Amino acid sequence: MIADLAVQGAQMLLVLLLAPLLTGFVRKVKARLLRRQGPPLIQPYRDLARLMRKEVVLAESASWLFRVIPYLIFAATWVAASLVPTFRTGLVFSWSADLIALIALLGSARFFLALAGLDVGTSFGGIGSSREVMIASLAEPAMIMIVFTLALIAGSTQLSTMAEFMASPAVGLRVSLALALIALIMVAIAENGRIPVDNPATHLELTMVHEAMVLEYSGRHLALIELSAALKLILYVSIIACLFAPWGLAAAGDGLPALAIGIATYIGKLAVGGFLLALFETSIAKMRVFRVPEFLGAALMLGLLATLLRFVSGSF
Amino acid sequence: MTLTIVLACAAALLALAPVAVMIGRLPAATPFVYGVSAVVAAISLAAASAHLLSAAAPLGVTLPVGLPWLGAHLRLDALSAFFLVVVDLGAFAASVFALGYGAHETAPGRVLPFYPAFLAGMTLVVLADDAFTFLLSWEFMSLSSWALVMSHHRVPDNVRAGYIYLLMASFGTLALLLGFGLLAGSGGLYTFEQMRAAHPSAMLGALVLILALIGAGSKAGIVPLHVWLPLAHPAAPSHVSALMSGVMTKVAVYGFVRIVFDLVGHPVWWWSILVLALAGITTVMGVLYALMQHDLKRLLAYHTVENIGIIFIGLGLALAFATHGLNFAAALAFTAALLHVFNHSLFKSLLFFGAGAVLTATGERDMEHLGGLIHRMPRTAFVFLIGCAAISALPPLNGFVSEWLTFQAVLLSPQLPSWGLKLMVPAVGALLALSAALAAACFVKAYGVTFLGRPRTTAAAVATETDPFSLAAMFLLAALCLLVGILPGLFINALAPVSAMLVGGHMPEQTGAQWLALVPIAESRSSYDGLLVFLFMVLSGTLAAVAIHRLASDRLRRAPAWDCGYPDLSPATQYTATSFAQPIRRVFGSVVFAAREHGEMPPPGDVRPARLIVDIHDLIWDALYAPLASGIGAAADRLNRLQFLTIRQFLTLVFCTLVILLLVLAIWS
Repeated sequence: MIADLAVQGAQMLLVLLLAPLLTGFVRKVKARLLRRQGPPLIQPYRDLARLMRKEVVLAESASWLFRVIPYLIFAATWVAASLVPTFRTGLVFSWSADLIALIALLGSARFFLALAGLDVGTSFGGIGSSREVMIASLAEPAMIMIVFTLALIAGSTQLSTMAEFMASPAVGLRVSLALALIALIMVAIAENGRIPVDNPATHLELTMVHEAMVLEYSGRHLALIELSAALKLILYVSIIACLFAPWGLAAAGDGLPALAIGIATYIGKLAVGGFLLALFETSIAKMRVFRVPEFLGAALMLGLLATLLRFVSGSF
Repeated sequence: MTLTIVLACAAALLALAPVAVMIGRLPAATPFVYGVSAVVAAISLAAASAHLLSAAAPLGVTLPVGLPWLGAHLRLDALSAFFLVVVDLGAFAASVFALGYGAHETAPGRVLPFYPAFLAGMTLVVLADDAFTFLLSWEFMSLSSWALVMSHHRVPDNVRAGYIYLLMASFGTLALLLGFGLLAGSGGLYTFEQMRAAHPSAMLGALVLILALIGAGSKAGIVPLHVWLPLAHPAAPSHVSALMSGVMTKVAVYGFVRIVFDLVGHPVWWWSILVLALAGITTVMGVLYALMQHDLKRLLAYHTVENIGIIFIGLGLALAFATHGLNFAAALAFTAALLHVFNHSLFKSLLFFGAGAVLTATGERDMEHLGGLIHRMPRTAFVFLIGCAAISALPPLNGFVSEWLTFQAVLLSPQLPSWGLKLMVPAVGALLALSAALAAACFVKAYGVTFLGRPRTTAAAVATETDPFSLAAMFLLAALCLLVGILPGLFINALAPVSAMLVGGHMPEQTGAQWLALVPIAESRSSYDGLLVFLFMVLSGTLAAVAIHRLASDRLRRAPAWDCGYPDLSPATQYTATSFAQPIRRVFGSVVFAAREHGEMPPPGDVRPARLIVDIHDLIWDALYAPLASGIGAAADRLNRLQFLTIRQFLTLVFCTLVILLLVLAIWS
């Protein structure tokens, strides 16, 4: 029991510590692909530390809710991230929320972030919030459809059980899995505000979504929001890794060597995921905001098709 | 004993109505009527919950009123007890709220007599055990609520709302009347017990299902029979709006469940396809309509349509599972629907109370004239936020639990053998997921535009916090929202007798798992623990706050908003309800509402401002109701000539009619 709790704690800390590194890694790779030097890998940590130390400049029209929301978002995202098996399946608290609940937790974080965008009463906050909820209104159902597909294959919505099943030879190659993977990647790109849906690197651009909502945040509040965004990115990469590349995951009751292998392969998977993301982002242009519904509509249709295939026959 | 208490409460409410007529002009009338209603509702609530929790045997009584050869049959079984809890809890909260809210009523004499009558009507509907009593109570409920809708009858919109409500209510009752007529058969077996024993044929059963869908569905707000609901619910005083939206629609759900699951007997599998298709459309259309509104109470009323859709998705799945003998899965879906009935009555009442508090504080229902109320009404803003989060199905609140259970029921449906359902259920699941995401968007808009930002009018800028009674009612409901969210197992256990009675199975006992987790089937398959999620969130949020304030910085400075360096101080530059919905209107509205935007640019030299005009059409109204209304109008114009016939022509007409009727009779037999 103690060992289980320690593993759960270690995994919560691990995602928290690695999250800024992954963000920094993606930035670095993107810069190198553009033949720039790029900021050092640890730059996100430095940014966070600097923001934490600075005073908060709060807009005069901001309410108490505006000050509470960064903590709410961080809490919801961190709880969600701690439920994803990263290097070991069979997490102690895995039963407390399944994949549907995990998506809803991320939905809560988004709900409050969109409210924060409206709180100060500026036009930039409003534009960000209204676009964020439009994107979410398509990304969330697409994600639920993906969950349906995977849950019907694995016979469970528990992430640990699903990861164990996906690692077992019973899975095989399936059409519905391929469709779900493509849809999941599309949703992950949209949910994390990456190119081509949103651009995390720009400010002051009318196409921005996430950055527009957090425009009024500063100091420690901004640090928490940035950290939550990094956590969300690592969460999605971890979900894709544990469901579609479940190799090297230690099982419950394994000893330290297996855990070490698990952690090493997990970091390897993150590096591969981050590299692919950077490669994809540099090779594609950002799309107009009203093309995004078509992009996400395609993800939704792929998810629905995959679910339908599962309903129609168990062999797809 | 329980039934006696409950009936005594209903009688007390009925007696209160004439008393309210007599004392209506006294200033003490408002606190007296609502105070007595609150006490009576609390007693009835206690009795009904005791009956439900003890899983007691059904109690019945026949009173010597009503039809002389029939009497009034009344019965309290598990289903009635559950819906009685919903009715009484809503009635109690609304009465407490009205102790404060009612003081602002300009014409209390138009509200006070009908309020207890409305409560009594809803209580009697769920207790009725024969068709006559049921329909009588149903009409009583409809008419008293109609009177409440018309209480502010000088507002032109309210008159139209009342007229359409009356038409739709009569139409619905007609459908129910025909349905009960079919169930009673030629022998005139009007008690529910005789109907249960009758076992109608499949054809007859299908006809009854359709009539129940029309009758109960029009009261509940199933698309396309929902048109009266967003007009009538907001027109009534806010505590009555809460009761109509939060509770009366549930009484309609009760009517549907009673007829289809209890009285008809042997359902056929394709019935569920009909229910699921209507429910899926209702869910998405309801929330899309709600997103297009900028009147706060109308937005809430449209959103009720969405939630009714979610409830009917659960009922449709339960029907599908039950017809294929999958009793366990049916119990899961049915429990999800019932839990959503309870949850929706909590948060929808809460939100309507909040809208009422805003209305008394500012005199505004239009969100475009509000904003920034979180500074002026912090407590109302806090509970309204809980209501918004709960209705948007965010964990760890209650709305999420019932949607999660519905999703789990969808995931069980590949077991269903019939192909129609195999294709239908994933589509309905997608619609449910879509509506959940859109609901969150809708309530970001409702909360953000009303309570956040800067005040758009003086009325919003000088608003003051509402009275303690209203706050008490809202805090009670918000606390219940959280309680159901973190301890859902307790409430699901209480529903076991209901689902055992109607779908022949119930979910396993839920309090056994560690940390009171919710485990519908098996832990390896799916589980959810609201309590733990709540604790984790509180812990990690507090931990982050304490760590940052201790170790890093806790300094704070107030300054003008940054807004990318454009300090425009006019609150008119904020996003409004209409502009917030613009992206979603462009994505969904262009198809669903034929929404078009066009700019109106004045020619050079003209000093008028340029305008952006948005055209939105209610296609259901245009395609279904407008032709119907104009057809009836044209027919009435034609028939109007009959009034001006001479006496000779009249006599000829009467004679011809008589001959034709006799001929028909002769040929018939």
